[in-house]
Amino acid sequence: MVVDDSAAIRKILQRVLRQTGMSIRSILEAGDGQEALELLKSKSVDLVLTDVNMPKMDGIQLLAALKSAPQWRHIPVLMVTTEGGETKVGEAVKLGAAGYVRKPFTADQIKEKLAGILEPALPL
Amino acid sequence: MNTHTLMVDLIRVSTANVFSTMLGVDLPPGEAFIENGTPESNDGVVSFIGVAGAWAGTGSISCSPGVACRICSLMLMAESAGVDEDVLDAVAELTNMIVGSVKNDLETHLGPLGLSIPTVVFGKNFKTKSAGTTDWTVVRFPWDGEALTVKMCLSPSEKSHLNCHMMGQTCALDV
Repeated sequence: MVVDDSAAIRKILQRVLRQTGMSIRSILEAGDGQEALELLKSKSVDLVLTDVNMPKMDGIQLLAALKSAPQWRHIPVLMVTTEGGETKVGEAVKLGAAGYVRKPFTADQIKEKLAGILEPALPL
Repeated sequence: MNTHTLMVDLIRVSTANVFSTMLGVDLPPGEAFIENGTPESNDGVVSFIGVAGAWAGTGSISCSPGVACRICSLMLMAESAGVDEDVLDAVAELTNMIVGSVKNDLETHLGPLGLSIPTVVFGKNFKTKSAGTTDWTVVRFPWDGEALTVKMCLSPSEKSHLNCHMMGQTCALDV
């Protein structure tokens, strides 16, 4: 699942995910944390890529919600964001983020992080 | 180094980095100046993002409709014929990345800062003004016969400025 208030970034991340060679059934999209949680109530996902600064519910709040719910706790969450401040990064790591990529990013940076997170599933 | 010089350096580095990473474009260093008084009229796309914290202000990007379409085409690897939702979204995201990178680097000098969600405007012959703002640091990047303008204004927020004086310290505005 790709969570970002920018449709442009959601499209770019979709493209990058499809280039990884992972076996992907579908990629869900959400424009904010609240929308992501709503989708997760009816769909199961293997990975979440999320922005931090978003309206309604930001990426840190989404991460906290996922890590505090037994049914979602196992889902790896990769933060993809402009936010590079130590406070935000520290907060995300403390809450259990699987990784952190700063925007602007290259496709290789995302693939490299994903390889570390989902090693057995990736033919990289 | 004063705030203007620092911001010019950070805007140049950040814009060049975002263009090279996200669009595959090598942008030449832009011409820098300070804009005060009445801002120029705009024709095209202008994107804004607010910065808040001990220092507060606005970051902005403006360009022609053609440049905005080109940004979108390169970012999404799909042709953009006119300014539509995708184009506005791409310019907003570019603003988020450029101003966000400047903000991240400024935090080592100014303390923690926050960013708002970007707002994009598209139109003809309109002026923009940020309430209470004095000077804008402007960097205009030439790009294939057109230009992309990155602007930032930042000043100590009233509370932090007042705290400096109450504690008998010299604040950046007094230097």
